[in-house]
Amino acid sequence: MRSTVAALLSKELTLEWRTRESVPAMVLFSIATYVVFHFGLDRDRVTGDLASGVLWVTLLFAAILGVNRLFVAEYEQGGFDGFLLAPVDRTALLVAKALTLFLFLCIVEVVAVPAFALLLLGPPLTQALPELVLVLLLANAGIAVLGTLVAGLAIQTRARDLIVPLIALPLLVPVLLAAARCATPLLQDGGAGALPADWLAILAIYDLLFALIAYAVFDFLLED
Amino acid sequence: MRGSSVFAVPDPVPALALRGAGRRYGERAALRDLTLELEAGRTLVVFGPNGAGKTTLLRMLATLLRPHAGEVSVLGHQLPDEGYAVRGRVGFLGHEALLYRELSGRENLRFHARLHRVGVQRVDEVLDAVGMTARCGDPVAELSRGMVQRLAIARAVLHEPDLLLLDEPLANLDPAAAAQVAPLIGAGSGRTRVVTSHDPAGGLRGADLALGLKGGRVALLAPAAEVDPGQIAELYR
Amino acid sequence: MLTIAFALVFFYAPNDADQGFIFKIFYVHVPMAIVALFGFVAGAVFAALHLRSQDSKWDMRSYVTIHISVILAVGVLVTGSIWARASWGHWWIWDEPMLVSFLIVFLLYATYWPLRFSIEDKEKQSRYASVFAIVAGAFVPLNFAAVRMAESFTHPQTATTTTSAPPSVTLTFLVALAGMTLLFITLCKYEMASKHATFRLRALRRRLAGDEDELALNGRSAAPQL
Repeated sequence: MRSTVAALLSKELTLEWRTRESVPAMVLFSIATYVVFHFGLDRDRVTGDLASGVLWVTLLFAAILGVNRLFVAEYEQGGFDGFLLAPVDRTALLVAKALTLFLFLCIVEVVAVPAFALLLLGPPLTQALPELVLVLLLANAGIAVLGTLVAGLAIQTRARDLIVPLIALPLLVPVLLAAARCATPLLQDGGAGALPADWLAILAIYDLLFALIAYAVFDFLLED
Repeated sequence: MRGSSVFAVPDPVPALALRGAGRRYGERAALRDLTLELEAGRTLVVFGPNGAGKTTLLRMLATLLRPHAGEVSVLGHQLPDEGYAVRGRVGFLGHEALLYRELSGRENLRFHARLHRVGVQRVDEVLDAVGMTARCGDPVAELSRGMVQRLAIARAVLHEPDLLLLDEPLANLDPAAAAQVAPLIGAGSGRTRVVTSHDPAGGLRGADLALGLKGGRVALLAPAAEVDPGQIAELYR
Repeated sequence: MLTIAFALVFFYAPNDADQGFIFKIFYVHVPMAIVALFGFVAGAVFAALHLRSQDSKWDMRSYVTIHISVILAVGVLVTGSIWARASWGHWWIWDEPMLVSFLIVFLLYATYWPLRFSIEDKEKQSRYASVFAIVAGAFVPLNFAAVRMAESFTHPQTATTTTSAPPSVTLTFLVALAGMTLLFITLCKYEMASKHATFRLRALRRRLAGDEDELALNGRSAAPQL
């Protein structure tokens, strides 16, 4: 199982490195969204709950782009068949894809979050950086699990590009809610507030529950 | 109707045993009521016009499609329940190469080698056997169709499968390349083979059992030696 | 029997409601919401059974349950909105967790049909729809919990309507709930029967058309297809 995941993951990263299909698009989309928010809100700097909301909405929509592309290479170039012919645990594909999406999101955030601080954020990002990183990681895990599940659900449909956001956005509302609530005190003007532990716990529980659900149902998306 | 192979010596565990096997897509039957047995080491050649069910049969035997009716046993394992034991012992060569276009031939094969837990030196071995050592570093997208087919053959035999499922294996190959891959996937490879073909004479050569499909039904099932190429041409009418 | 209970709710319950006219909508709104919720969860359970048994009968049940639940969810949104207008003067209240949750759940389930229709292979369609139903069914209570928490943090004094209610209200509410449950089951049964009839009709038409091959096939897969 572990070696299969490693094989899939290294294939995934090599492919992304060659094609540069998902991550650059997600980064550019994030930055473009900040610009749109700047004009849409008519603000030069945002703080507190507004900053948290802008950041999470942007990251969420950027993630949807990645989710849309997640299984396209498998679907179009026979990757599913190639994988299904091998004597390996099929859950490995779920794990590898979720890890891929998780890594993509982390890479995107390495650029997009500092860009947010530079372009829109009022208080300095450094005032609560470790806490913010923790929230980002937990939210990424949730987006990665649900995103993989939704991408797997939508890949066989004719209208994939429409189905993915329509399913993913409602499912990710609790993630957005919890992550935004967590980040609000971290992005306050005049010193960061404490991290709301209950919301952090909700985020973690939600991640865990959907990881279990995804584990239970993912095999059925591969069978024929 | 019960199929038989040419040779009288019965193997206790046939490589393939199908009894009333069928598969549908929605309400349309792609393959129905197929009964045959194939002993280990023998070759079954499958003829039939497009849409006759050849690819469905191969995909079913490869565990990629579950049978909807009848019993299907591959290498002594009942499908679909024991599919796990069959995977990894089957070499599948379909219409699609199952290779990532942006990865090189070697990268693709290394990926499959890791999935099948095969050593890296085997990758170089099969690359050499299909004559692709020189171009194995190029992305698959930049290769000609014949070269992609050679890589696909290398992929199918990478893990030394016991059963080869070959969907028109020589498509896009020139005669020299066809001769080159013959030891891997030809009758001399010593493996049990299921081969689809549109070429009556060429397909029957090296085959033990011939199956003709038409509209998902069995139109012909006989030892290859007893089949006249004219009978096969009849299928396409 | 079902029809009698159904009629009872609609004639008995309003008679009992003496807390002002608009409060009557409570007897429709809340039971509807509860039944729809359980409907979504039941849809997920049926979907899980379908995946386990590969029997399309369960897929049909899952489909019909979700179908009716979504209709009820629309009813919840409409009645909730009317209620909100009457008691707070706005058509939409973000503080009301029930309404907000139902909006999110409705948005999610609205994709059920596009998902089904855009997968061509029937077997794959029902399997993917089942996976969707399970994920969405698990999402419904989680989403409720999350949204309710969000609202109770910002507004600790969210109106809780059922505390210390007079017995007449409780009784009517229970009867309304039972009635709504029966209505739901009746609708599901009706929908299922009509789907069956449609399918039979199609099979018969095909028989009349004289396609014996397809007939043989239908005999084997008489269970409903969508």
